[in-house]
Amino acid sequence: MSNIQPGFSTLAVHAGAQPDPATGARATPIYQTTSFVFEDVDQAAALFGLQAFGNIYTRITNPTTAVLEGRVAALEGGTAALAVASGHAAQLGVFHTLLTPGDEFIASNKLYGGSINQFNHSFKSFGWNVVWADPDDIATFERALSPKTKAIFIESLANPGGVVTDIAAIAAIARKAGIPLIVDNTMATPYLCKPIEHGADIVVHSLTKFMGGHGNSMGGIIVDGGTFDWSKSGRYPMLSEPRPEYQGLTIHETFGNFGFAIACRVLGLRDLGAAISPFNSFLILTGIETLPLRMEKHCANALAVARYLQDHKAVAWVRYAGLEGDACHALQQKYMPKGAGAVFTFGLKGGYEAGVNLVGNVEMLSHVANIGDTRSLIIHPASTTHRQLSDQQKTAAGAGPDVVRLSIGIEDAVDIIADLEQALSRVG
Amino acid sequence: MCEDIYSDDHIRQVLGKVKTIAIVGASANQVRPSYFVLKYLLSKGYDVIPVNPGQAGKEICGQMTYASLADIPRPVHMVDIFRASDAVPAVVDEALALDPLPRVIWMQLGIRHDAAAAMAEARGIDVVMDRCPKIEYARLAGEIGWAGVASNVISSKKPKAQAGFQRYGIVPRD
Repeated sequence: MSNIQPGFSTLAVHAGAQPDPATGARATPIYQTTSFVFEDVDQAAALFGLQAFGNIYTRITNPTTAVLEGRVAALEGGTAALAVASGHAAQLGVFHTLLTPGDEFIASNKLYGGSINQFNHSFKSFGWNVVWADPDDIATFERALSPKTKAIFIESLANPGGVVTDIAAIAAIARKAGIPLIVDNTMATPYLCKPIEHGADIVVHSLTKFMGGHGNSMGGIIVDGGTFDWSKSGRYPMLSEPRPEYQGLTIHETFGNFGFAIACRVLGLRDLGAAISPFNSFLILTGIETLPLRMEKHCANALAVARYLQDHKAVAWVRYAGLEGDACHALQQKYMPKGAGAVFTFGLKGGYEAGVNLVGNVEMLSHVANIGDTRSLIIHPASTTHRQLSDQQKTAAGAGPDVVRLSIGIEDAVDIIADLEQALSRVG
Repeated sequence: MCEDIYSDDHIRQVLGKVKTIAIVGASANQVRPSYFVLKYLLSKGYDVIPVNPGQAGKEICGQMTYASLADIPRPVHMVDIFRASDAVPAVVDEALALDPLPRVIWMQLGIRHDAAAAMAEARGIDVVMDRCPKIEYARLAGEIGWAGVASNVISSKKPKAQAGFQRYGIVPRD
């Protein structure tokens, strides 16, 4: 298979993995160990000094997790990756590497509510200041730039609104400003969209969602696109300046186009500590093997459910980029032509109360704060995931009082629709 | 070669046919990339010879350093150039004056010089440009994945475990 770029499904099954050299085990073993025996002090010194490849301690690297990292890096078209305990930990790791107190970054105001909270509150206590922009008005990103801006953060397919972001247009703004573009690709997955191909420099995921896909394991990942020159401006000292804890080693000079992932690991993860369990890495890896098959089914089911809801008398509107009349349909055709994902929102004519009733009435659909499960999920964001936001933030994030979010699973579409039918008939 | 595209089989073959590697521009500073490469290739069993006029007569990583390729008292199979691209022609001239000729001239990541490469290739020498032998070795052996780096290798073959823990070698493919 030398130098012929394998297809996506092949990478989903094979990338990063090889048989265990000791036993021949074909599935990736779960290396459920905290630490790895040194041959001698010289090997230990080479590993601690980053001169040799190898594992020391599972907080920093683990052979099971490494397969997950290699696989997601390959699927996204990046140079390297770093898996961590959750999507939030991935975001923390990225910004820890990029920002120092007093810096700013620009973020889309159409993000997962948890990210809005993380940026607005926890990050501010680190002195990392978010400036919001609106992906429906690209010029707001340009206007938000200041001499303190170090990065731009967007979601490829925004949660929960199902809004497709014009990645290339925002990448052009980032490139002109000499700052990296970070794209959260959780909702689309690389099966539907590869942000690096559209100009992203860093991709992050909550692997908890469609990548793992079975609603059983938390995980997050940072993918290094290998595209950004970290030394050019001198504004990213973690990468471009000698590191005292590594005897003066300079990360970007030493590790080149995978230096960002290494910096997030040996400076960020080492000190912040949000390591993923090897068992979770194993489960997520197993999930990724069927990612293309699942995403195809997720998207087909979601389109069928969206079409059904569009014609329902209790439904005021449906926002799904896969629908021909949707405001994001053209962007969806450009960035994710294979499908618009499986998470979308719709509005109930009965407002807040009808939303609360609907999540109570469903029988098979699960009322949970998650997306990207094999099972179909439902939530009323205004009363749950987004309840900590102000009314204005709720509406801006696509989570107004009448909004219901669905994450369509891979059951039979007819059964998902039947459950919604009986539940909608009783929302009042 | 105008395109810096080398097949995995070619790189595997290149790294498999050399035993003695001279690193031109090897640093004695333990956090410089050239030191990393020198130390790694030594750990993989290569006879690595540092070339650096400023360090001549001293040891780097236990290896005697020479001022120039011509000063090395044994045949050199591969010359690894850790110098800026504009310094490449002079190093290639020196390499082409060796007897016997080296089998491989390798230019590090970010370094390329097409005219110098063509001169070496005309003498039957394999040239690799804009690559790092440490990265290529670790990629093809399967070690690089431990750092979360994509190997771009899909294979169900057994990794070649070397003596000790966490050491893989390159498996020949012929």
